[in-house]
Amino acid sequence: MLSISRTLEADVVIVGGGIGGPMAAIAASEAGAKRVLVLEKCHVRRSGSGATGNDHFSCYCPEVHGSDVEPVLNALMNSLVGQAKDVDLMRLHLLESFDIVKKWEEWGINMRPLGHWNFEGHALPGKPRAFLKFDGRKQKAVLAEQMKKHGVTVLNHHPVVELAKENGRVCGVLAIDATKTEPSFVLVKTPCVILSTGLTHRLYVNGSTPNYLFNTAHCPNNAGGQALGWRIGASMVNMEIPYTHAGTKYIQRAGKATWIGVYRYPDGRPLGPFVTKPDPEYGDVTSDIWNSAFIDVMQNGRGPAYLDCSENTPETLAYMRKAMFDEGLSALIAYMDDKGIDPAKHAVEFTRFEPILHGRGLDVDKDGLTSVPGLYAAGDMVGNAGCGLGLAAWMGWRAGRAAAASAALVPEAAGNLADHPVIRAKMELLSSFMERTEGASWQEANIALTQIMSDYANVGPYKVRSESLLNTGLTYLAQLREETKNNLKTSCSHTLMRAAEVLDLFDCAECIMRSALERKETRGSHKRSDFTFTNPLLAEKMLDITRKDDGTIVTSWRNTRV
Amino acid sequence: MPPFIHADRCTHCGMCATICPMNLFKQEKGQVPQVAYPEECWHCNACVLDCPVKAVELRLPLNYMVLHVDADTLHE
Repeated sequence: MLSISRTLEADVVIVGGGIGGPMAAIAASEAGAKRVLVLEKCHVRRSGSGATGNDHFSCYCPEVHGSDVEPVLNALMNSLVGQAKDVDLMRLHLLESFDIVKKWEEWGINMRPLGHWNFEGHALPGKPRAFLKFDGRKQKAVLAEQMKKHGVTVLNHHPVVELAKENGRVCGVLAIDATKTEPSFVLVKTPCVILSTGLTHRLYVNGSTPNYLFNTAHCPNNAGGQALGWRIGASMVNMEIPYTHAGTKYIQRAGKATWIGVYRYPDGRPLGPFVTKPDPEYGDVTSDIWNSAFIDVMQNGRGPAYLDCSENTPETLAYMRKAMFDEGLSALIAYMDDKGIDPAKHAVEFTRFEPILHGRGLDVDKDGLTSVPGLYAAGDMVGNAGCGLGLAAWMGWRAGRAAAASAALVPEAAGNLADHPVIRAKMELLSSFMERTEGASWQEANIALTQIMSDYANVGPYKVRSESLLNTGLTYLAQLREETKNNLKTSCSHTLMRAAEVLDLFDCAECIMRSALERKETRGSHKRSDFTFTNPLLAEKMLDITRKDDGTIVTSWRNTRV
Repeated sequence: MPPFIHADRCTHCGMCATICPMNLFKQEKGQVPQVAYPEECWHCNACVLDCPVKAVELRLPLNYMVLHVDADTLHE
């Protein structure tokens, strides 16, 4: 078996150093936790979907929005970010997140690139705008610096692959030390873990470039938080509600609201009713409201759909270009410059991307606490209050404070983590991949999974789910799991990390399919051919799904919290 | 496949290999980093932005081409 190179102890362990993770670490430190440890798969300076920037932070600013938060909340709930969320958490987010904005500004992130609080984009004409336009280019470096100032220990290149619990509470973490070519294991005993690993791609055949797994709108590392939570028995929510992003074709890139233009048919007519001329304040919200717009126009033959920015003034185009850098789109800008693609002269085709787990995942309370004592979650992997940077920063902050308080009250777990049956089994499985001399690559397993998900658990409006298809998909997934377990071969810490990711993806896939089976109705892109109606009785309910310690899976409906 | 390192400019500082969000690079001490897993590049541009001597460039694969038309065709 691979060696255990280190055994550590910590008061609070944070898995993932993107946006929510650093905020949790800093908050835990400020709240009195002495030993705060961040385990990051890559490097905190450039990891996660916010690696090179972001330009919109959801928040409520009384001096801009007035004294009533409710209209802003209503706007946020009607945006992509608000899909399938607990209203009480979203309200609390809005009420508290401007304090985070001011903190970020104090730390050195440019929250007012125009010199005032400017809210733009992802908005319906005439409605309040919930997204603060900022310059996130330095956000990662600043958060890394703040963690250092707060005495947080960061272990970069340490992907977490398993969690353990004792007497029902989290007691430890298994990570791979991937700093060297030859991998080893690192064990951390801790009473509190905060998962903040971002969203999950690579579950479905890539919608733009099939079998190019890493052409994704957001960070394509499956950092595993949803699967870690699932395996340790945390309740998951909204896993069956599909989320699909949209953007440029064929390179996938987030930031569609950073573009200032009008979606048009090839004959020039606008796709949506919202704008007919480019509008910097609201953008063209058509694709937020009409999620399948870009594939509908291909299916009905009226497409493709273009984003046309050519009617902007030179000043607005210069402003948009700067905002694209703020959003982290510098690679796309460099490519367009190199190829002579100029938004003043050219219209760029847009498309809908494949489904991802974004704002689907762990079910948490207002402190990010999951159903497992000691386990917290923040950011895009949260199912009822995650989706986007503002929510990640805010929930990370709350979870950090709560975990620090909880850790202070809990005696250290007694057992030896290396002997914990779940940790032991994972170490043995991963070691077997390294010991094999011949076998399958992680890519084969990942691509096989995307094939199964796209054939048996795909999303509407042009693909259906059904009891027959989903049960068949689960059968094939079980076969793929077994084949992978018995045949996967890895050669170094990098490929071992990817192999562990694929195992996590299998769990996410199972969770999606089992949840989709339970939702016996059609809702949004969850299109059931055997239940073609939308059930009004489920309109204000969410579906929780939990894997019990004995392996049984239970589902339950709960009311959306208002 | 991306990224591409100009060996004549590279100072072997290892910044690109350290910060890459996909862990694409391998580097021997004193050597130009090697792009070991090019197909896993996310094209985030972090290596380009953080290289202190601007020795790194990204090349998007041909199948990532940005589809576009002359905007005048939409206004005729």
